[in-house]
Amino acid sequence: MQWYVYVLIVLAVVLVVGLGLVVGQLSRRPPEQPPPPGGPTTAPPAPPTEAAPPTTAAPPVVIEPPVVVEPEVDVVAPPTVEAPAPTAGRLVRLRSRLSRSQNALGRSLLAVLSRDRLDDDAWEELEDNLITADVGVEPTREIVERLRERTRVLGTRTADELRALLKEELVGALDPKLDRSLAATPHDGRPAVLLVVGVNGSGKTTTCGKIARVLVADGHTVVLGAADTFRAAAADQLATWAGRVGAEVVRGREAGDPAAVAFDAVRRGIEAGTDTVLIDTAGRLQNKVGLMDELGKVKRVVERHGPVDETLLVLDATTGQNGLTQARVFTEVVDVTGVVLTKLDGTAKGGIVIAVQRNLGIPVKLVGLGEGPDDLAPFEPEAFVDALLGTNA
Amino acid sequence: MFDTLSDRLNGIFTKLRGKGRLSDADIDATAREIRLALLEADVALPVVRAFIASIKERARGAEVHQALNPAQQVIKIVHEELVGVLGGETRRLQFAKQPPTVIMLAGLQGSGKTTLAGKLARWLKGQGHQPLLVAADLQRPNAVNQLQVLGQRAGVEVYAPEPGNGVGDPVRVASDSIEHARRSMRDIVIVDTAGRLGIDAEMMGQAAAIRDAVTPDETIFVVDAMVGQDAVATAEAFRDGVGITGVVLSKLDGDARGGAALSVRHVTGQAILFASTGEKLEDFDVFHPDRMASRILGMGDVLTLIEQAEQAFDEDQKQRMAAKVTGGEAFTLEDFLEQMTALRRMGPIANILGMVPGMNQVKDQLAELDDSHFDRITAIIRSMTPGERVNPKVINGSRRARIARGSGVTVMDVNQLLNRFAEAQKMMKQMGGMMGLPGRRKATKSPKNKRKGTKGGGRPRSGSLPGGFPGGMPQLPPGLDPSALDPGAGFKAPKLDFGKLTRRPKDN
Repeated sequence: MQWYVYVLIVLAVVLVVGLGLVVGQLSRRPPEQPPPPGGPTTAPPAPPTEAAPPTTAAPPVVIEPPVVVEPEVDVVAPPTVEAPAPTAGRLVRLRSRLSRSQNALGRSLLAVLSRDRLDDDAWEELEDNLITADVGVEPTREIVERLRERTRVLGTRTADELRALLKEELVGALDPKLDRSLAATPHDGRPAVLLVVGVNGSGKTTTCGKIARVLVADGHTVVLGAADTFRAAAADQLATWAGRVGAEVVRGREAGDPAAVAFDAVRRGIEAGTDTVLIDTAGRLQNKVGLMDELGKVKRVVERHGPVDETLLVLDATTGQNGLTQARVFTEVVDVTGVVLTKLDGTAKGGIVIAVQRNLGIPVKLVGLGEGPDDLAPFEPEAFVDALLGTNA
Repeated sequence: MFDTLSDRLNGIFTKLRGKGRLSDADIDATAREIRLALLEADVALPVVRAFIASIKERARGAEVHQALNPAQQVIKIVHEELVGVLGGETRRLQFAKQPPTVIMLAGLQGSGKTTLAGKLARWLKGQGHQPLLVAADLQRPNAVNQLQVLGQRAGVEVYAPEPGNGVGDPVRVASDSIEHARRSMRDIVIVDTAGRLGIDAEMMGQAAAIRDAVTPDETIFVVDAMVGQDAVATAEAFRDGVGITGVVLSKLDGDARGGAALSVRHVTGQAILFASTGEKLEDFDVFHPDRMASRILGMGDVLTLIEQAEQAFDEDQKQRMAAKVTGGEAFTLEDFLEQMTALRRMGPIANILGMVPGMNQVKDQLAELDDSHFDRITAIIRSMTPGERVNPKVINGSRRARIARGSGVTVMDVNQLLNRFAEAQKMMKQMGGMMGLPGRRKATKSPKNKRKGTKGGGRPRSGSLPGGFPGGMPQLPPGLDPSALDPGAGFKAPKLDFGKLTRRPKDN
């Protein structure tokens, strides 16, 4: 066990030296040009990282010839094609599903707000209620603080008015003006490309299947790319979903290169002239550097066909404050354009989306409300907040 | 990002400096900060309340009043309480007197049941058991397939009479499996059930039916370490619905603080048996309450750091590193490069630093730290000839210009690297001396090295480094000044807490 000590010593030295250098460089450089183009006089135009051999930087787009790899493309022919229910009318179910689980919060909020006098305890209780919904400490404080301020100014007394104010605050935090439509229509003679990312077990594959159903129901043609080559039987799971709606699945070998599968899926989509290509990726925790690099590569390789229209982060409604980290890291790597909040039919309230949207400005576009094939609905801030507050219950 | 608990408490207590004792108001303020820290770590609110009440009780007691450093003392109390709650009595799996032992897995969708089934089977097989995996998740598309693949990887038989995808009766599969296990002489049956929500009465009824059919010796609740406030509601639903005898935390390899562990433990009163820490079948470990406590509080986690280091370095590298530190070999730029590459393999630098105790204090400055800066250092070294790397002294002006051109940086950058490296070499020698190992280290002027003559046996000095490194760590970023950190406190040692290092690994 002695070597632990040595390893740590060496690491410490390396860190101290490295940090010293980095901090020195940071302080010398004006902050507005973080990707440093080198010094003014002696530096050649090439950025320094390119000089490093691939062990450190590994620029995979250049190395990887995904066209050459050519995984065997296995097209699954659907035996029986179901006609999914049209998307209209889903919101009705959304409301009933949501309110089913949210009553407790709504009730206790109501109890607090209908008190005669709003003292510190009452406000604190309100704060606690929001925290229990995973809204997070910071956003909660901010919301409650503003609410307090406004009640003082407006002299609001009745519970109904207060609730309306709270609702306004929460809806405001969700910014209803953001564009929540899914960019799934083909353009420039090219299918729209959707990339679905997220941590393990958040429900990516299921979400992919559901989105495919929605798109098929609305009259689109869809190609699914099973770029989850890691988890056992993930491609089969996607194929089952696809088989139900008659979508085509492009899949590769197990443990193959996900970027190659994604590339082939998009190519297949272009060749077949489909409207949308949906790419399901393997779940990855955001702190695994290698896996996140792999994801970045999937996106870069797919972009050789043209830009990815939509990158959806699948977030489990039960996720706590880590959801924020997830959203941030995934956005850094693949530039997330929308969030899908899944498993909202449980007791979880999904308050984390308030924090995510507030900090990162990424809109929630879809919500998953159950295991049923049609349990996916567009997100509406008002309806969500209503459900959170139990207005409809 | 959020501050860590220790930062916050330090903030409060600096204000109190000069006061002889803590007033009740001070303790309340402290409690509020602890409460926030726990909430941010996703510990459920009711659990936080109960926990804070017990902390307050202790904080009012004599131990804090008499302590020289109340902040540290309070953190210590919190940590101890957490370990106490999380650990309690550690428990092993209960095996049935009459085989087969039945283990049933239950949990929300996506919490990791099927993967855990595979891991558990592999682990039990390694212990000399003959497990049988039962595919009773007939809900999710291809869950049966997944289990079969996992069973194959683990080399364990999978009982899957039904194809799944919504076809078949899981209760029947479960009850038949017991008979099958008896016939084929399996002594452990692991039943993988479908993921279900606590409020789904129908599915909970099905889980209860499976339980009644197989009468499990262990009903294990699998919970995702990332889960937030909902942990309490879910755990209660499962406790009342199927009954829980043990808990497994999954996805602990993520960077969630994992407050759910505390919530679930509090609600169910059942021990946390295992931690699932990765996607591979072998990423499976018994649960360490003390590490979890540090993690929930956002304190440095030296042990995890060591584990990651172990993965990043191969045996050969470790040997050589030990030789560098203790023996006469000089630390060259080549070694430096190698270590840095290994360090990069361990994950983003900011994450690693977060695990180093005391480093959290400079987190804000490190937030803007980008790993690509380290790539540049790598580039500079790679632009040197092997000769230059071994003997940096030969690098004269024109060589410097060449290296700068080669790596696309300024000469100033190269100079800086070389200066730093010279300092690092010096530091390395001093450290080697401090280790008190038999070697060629002759005493230098450092007072520390004189003292070390009294100790021998190749044991590192226990306790933190007294007063920082001799001569100080040169040009540390502001805030990293070792003297500003409190060397007396275990979690604050600037870089390494040797006492902790040497003590813990022995327990394993």
